Amino acid sequence: MVKVLDRPVRRGSKLIGYVSQRTVVDPELPLRGRDFVGFGLDGEKWGFSLPSKQRAAQVTEALRAVGALAYADAPVGKLSGGEQQRLFIAQALLSDPKIVLLDEPLSNLDIASASEIVKVVDGLRRSHGVTVLFVTHDINPLIEVMDRVIYLAAGRAAVGPVDQVVREEVLSKLYGYHVDVIRVGDRVVVLTP
Amino acid sequence: MLADPGVVQALLAGVIVAALCGFVGVFVVMRRQSFAGHAITDVGFTGGAGAPLAGLDPLAGLLAFSVIGSIVMARLGDKIRERDVATGVVLTASLGLGALFLFIQTRYVSQPAALLFGSIFAIRSGVLLTTMVVGAACVIALAILYRPLIFSTVNPETAAARGVPVKFISTAFLLIMGVAVAEAAQLVGVLLTTALLIGPASAAITFSRRVPWAILFAVIFGAVQMTLSIFLAYASYTWPPGGKGWPVSFFLGVLALGTFVIARFFSAGDSRRSESNEA
Repeated sequence: MVKVLDRPVRRGSKLIGYVSQRTVVDPELPLRGRDFVGFGLDGEKWGFSLPSKQRAAQVTEALRAVGALAYADAPVGKLSGGEQQRLFIAQALLSDPKIVLLDEPLSNLDIASASEIVKVVDGLRRSHGVTVLFVTHDINPLIEVMDRVIYLAAGRAAVGPVDQVVREEVLSKLYGYHVDVIRVGDRVVVLTP
Repeated sequence: MLADPGVVQALLAGVIVAALCGFVGVFVVMRRQSFAGHAITDVGFTGGAGAPLAGLDPLAGLLAFSVIGSIVMARLGDKIRERDVATGVVLTASLGLGALFLFIQTRYVSQPAALLFGSIFAIRSGVLLTTMVVGAACVIALAILYRPLIFSTVNPETAAARGVPVKFISTAFLLIMGVAVAEAAQLVGVLLTTALLIGPASAAITFSRRVPWAILFAVIFGAVQMTLSIFLAYASYTWPPGGKGWPVSFFLGVLALGTFVIARFFSAGDSRRSESNEA
């Protein structure tokens, strides 16, 4: 039997936070960032949530953790992609998960927002003690913050710590053609043709 | 005019139905199901037109077909694109059937006309009570679905990952919508029910930042539009061509459009202001 966190797999675990691949949020949606994040706390429960100080404090704390307090009361649909991404992450954090799955959280983000999101996630995994599984097409923004890589290419996989996988000979073998791994100062960049 | 028991009944039933449609409509607009909302009323029309052929009450046929239609639509399509195609398929099949029913039962022509345009001043006894009971049931059902419904509307994948039964909620919601529009259709007719479902809700949503506020405004707009329409329809007995009142549906349609345009205008001004503040 497959077990995750010593429990049999079932649908809808609070121990796993999930940020889906970015979906378009209707600009006219009558929902504030705060309400949106709140679904992470009790979105699956029937009925409606009555105003509660404890609930509001938990939501505010999650917003603070991702640096989204400044626009917590703005309509979700009117925020930028990077701002919305922080809200998605805050929502995933609220169920106090042990594992957070992020599906392509950097897609459609500009370089600055992408590196901001990477910083936020890296900070959270340290402060909240969560395991982060981060799916991305572009490994470069993540190279300095990853513990382990599962590198999938051409139907094959290379698994291991960053310095063992992100190497010219490993990646070139994986792709089946030559890949450059360049060191610039203390940064590592993967260049595919 | 309030001495006329027909008008009082019309006002009571009309306001209940308009408020209910405003409430349901906020979710319809958020879920982008306006087309499905309109289609269900047309499917209901087929039921209403066909019921006399089976010796049944047209209103029973209307309700039965609205409910069946909404379940079929929910089962056929899930994603927005599939959903519109599924809705279109059910709609055309049903309208074809409706045309056949009308063709067969030429002797009942007056009833289908009432189905299309409603007969709010001629509410039969018992309808007011049914409207109240059904309306209350819809509101209770929506209150129970409320939070997971909004969650799965905004973010279906994450909601599913958290264990929200997204498919069940989507079917249950279409069912509630089917019942609400059938209630509205018997008063204002199937053609103008969409004005009650979409008009107040879309106007309310343009300037609301929170779902509860959008619902409150939609309910108020719906109730006010209905009341005004009934008053205007009553007053129109003395207007040209004379001797006959203008249809309530006409006023509802015009007021729905008017409210929406005004709400758009205000919300456009609002967003320009906030943009210039940021700059």
